Amino acid sequence: MAFKVVHYINQFFAQVGGEEMAHIAPELREGKVGPGVALEAAWKGEAAIAKTIVCGDSYFAEHEKEAKATILDWVKAEAPDLFIAGPAFNAGRYGYACATIAKAVKEELGIKVLTGMYEENPGADLKKDILIVATANNAAGMRQAAPKMAALALKLMKGEEIGASVVEGYMNQGIRVNFFEKERGAKRAVDMMIKKLNDEPFVTEYPMPTFDRVAPNPAIKDLSKATIALCTSGGIVPKGNPDHIESSSASHYGEYCIEGVLDLTPETYETAHGGYDPVYANADADRVLPVDIMREFEAKGIIGKLHNKYYATVGNGTAVANAKAFAAEYAQKLKADGVDAVIMTST
Amino acid sequence: MKLELGYIQIKDIQFSKECKVENGTLFIDPEVVKAFMYQDDDVKAWVKDFSFDIAKPGESVRITPVKDVIEPRVKVEGQGGQFPGVIAKVDTVGSGKTHVLRGMAVVTAGKIVGFQEGIIDMTGPGADYTYFSKLNNFVVVAEPVEGYQDHKHEYEHAVRIAGLRAAVCIGELGRNVTPDETQEFETFGIIEGAKKFPELPRVAYVHMLQSQGLLHDTYVYGVDAKRSLTTIINPTETMDGAILSGNCVSACDKNTTYHHQNNPVVAELFAQHGKKLNYVCNIITNENVYLADKQRSSDWTAKLCRLLDLDGAIVSQEGFGNPDTDLIMNTKKIELQGVKTTIITDEYAGQDGKSQSLADADPLADAVVTGGNANQNIILPPMDKVIGTLDYVDVIAGGHNGSLRPDGSIEAEIQVITGATNEMGFGLLSAR
Repeated sequence: MAFKVVHYINQFFAQVGGEEMAHIAPELREGKVGPGVALEAAWKGEAAIAKTIVCGDSYFAEHEKEAKATILDWVKAEAPDLFIAGPAFNAGRYGYACATIAKAVKEELGIKVLTGMYEENPGADLKKDILIVATANNAAGMRQAAPKMAALALKLMKGEEIGASVVEGYMNQGIRVNFFEKERGAKRAVDMMIKKLNDEPFVTEYPMPTFDRVAPNPAIKDLSKATIALCTSGGIVPKGNPDHIESSSASHYGEYCIEGVLDLTPETYETAHGGYDPVYANADADRVLPVDIMREFEAKGIIGKLHNKYYATVGNGTAVANAKAFAAEYAQKLKADGVDAVIMTST
Repeated sequence: MKLELGYIQIKDIQFSKECKVENGTLFIDPEVVKAFMYQDDDVKAWVKDFSFDIAKPGESVRITPVKDVIEPRVKVEGQGGQFPGVIAKVDTVGSGKTHVLRGMAVVTAGKIVGFQEGIIDMTGPGADYTYFSKLNNFVVVAEPVEGYQDHKHEYEHAVRIAGLRAAVCIGELGRNVTPDETQEFETFGIIEGAKKFPELPRVAYVHMLQSQGLLHDTYVYGVDAKRSLTTIINPTETMDGAILSGNCVSACDKNTTYHHQNNPVVAELFAQHGKKLNYVCNIITNENVYLADKQRSSDWTAKLCRLLDLDGAIVSQEGFGNPDTDLIMNTKKIELQGVKTTIITDEYAGQDGKSQSLADADPLADAVVTGGNANQNIILPPMDKVIGTLDYVDVIAGGHNGSLRPDGSIEAEIQVITGATNEMGFGLLSAR
């Protein structure tokens, strides 16, 4: 059986009229209208447009709440396999309507959605929330846009894996997706170099992110009264790695009691870290997690106390999001335990 | 400096009592290879025994844990020999004529030293991620002597030497074989090159060598790269076995010796040499862990780029995390000298692809080629045959507790696959 699709378009593409008809309220039509013809043709019988919703761009902008409610009701009643909107090219209000209504259908009805527009269309601001196919900036680009959208739509309906943005033609969602290029990396690097040398435009494969910087807390005035904890991304764990922390790309951290432990020995501790030579850390894990020195400082009264627990993970190839989540969790535990400061060791 | 490579296409490998290369087939007696490996005292001291196997493209075979991959070659004309400063004497290589047994490799495997050995699948989805699935592989599995756990560095060294010796032993069989194809590569002196190609932009290759520490090494003419200052080298020397892998770092972005011998950046720069650019030379620089070393090496790299009056530099990395800082320091400083850069790296963006990919960043690094996200998960179906052992699948970098499933399939990150996200741009994998 063919997949069922509901299509959203504006008054212009429904051939109701131009700007002078942009005020019309949403109407529900049977079957395909306007650009729906090209989409359906590309689906070759595998999917069909059951209903087309036509709405004036000004109406949507000025009565967003009402328009949304009406359209969501209609889509809900139809229960399609996919809701597709546009393509809107560079029409600002149309693009905004397509993206907004698609997002609402996705989030409120749990139905798969797809839209298309020009990258600078204000509606493209929602590209991280919904899949938006990048199109030309005017309707002359329909011939390229329709097959691209149709192909991606079919993949969504079939539940197939969606490839990288450059392959499928959707706007990058800030999620890194692997795919196989046609040329090897070294060739692409040399080609990119030649373009850069000739001041021709080139596209980097990885735009540099802006980094999260954390300002340090004020210094501790009197260390002799402070409780200090040790934490590490160097993978120091009790021998045998009881929590099975991964040697790379760690999915969790460990909490380990060091009550009464004066020294980390090869019999009791080791590293789980796969990113550095483990030999010296395994011989004396204090080299990474300096418990011995901290005990010495404790005995001499240089610090008040070494906290009786330490937290450890493996920093090797571990996603920043994971690392952040680990620390956010155990920072609360450290706080609840009255720890004043943490020495965080890396490798 | 001019080097001629004569490629002898190897289409098949067979065990045989007679050792020879005939009509594209390598006939090899493993006992001969074994005896040649054992001529080395360190191999004798640390390797109890070797076993041998052959893995061909398309076979249902998994090789793991893979340490190094090496292409067998032999010097037939001109100065030097294979792997100067390590196996052959330290004479400068990169000129004359070298025969290459193309389409095959020596793969070393066996008990792990650290966590960084990898997997090569000869068929299935994993095979798409490693070039080595396309080669006829002569696999050398080493069995360490008792008590090797307390002497891992010595054992690692011995296995590395054994692999190189196996490649030399096999390469020698190509000495008197007429190559199927030959290719010439030549770079010129600084002034000579500038006169020859006055209109062409001057481009060098900044080749970053993994040198984070023991078990994370690269050797140049036998010198541990972490003990060397940034320097320059002829591209043809690199092609002729001057640079060797120290065998570690996660499998996916480890530059094996095979990658060094067949460095794709060198090949692609040569392809444009005298056409769209003037390929001046390679700059080799290390990736040490101390900040002072990083500063010194990256300063030196930028300084050499200026000294060579470059217009552009292509920078390749090895490893990730800590070396990301070297990559960015190099790139930023080279750009600040007015030399344009493009860089090749790979990514650790998390299994969901949502995290930042590198541990360091700078807006001047505006031309990046990526070898893909190493954290991507993959399921490798069971294979009919395993060469080596599956004992370490859960603990190698990219595996997790339970990676090896009861039916022999593996669920892990592509990080475990040898060469999957290679940062010399060896493969087709990328990400957006």
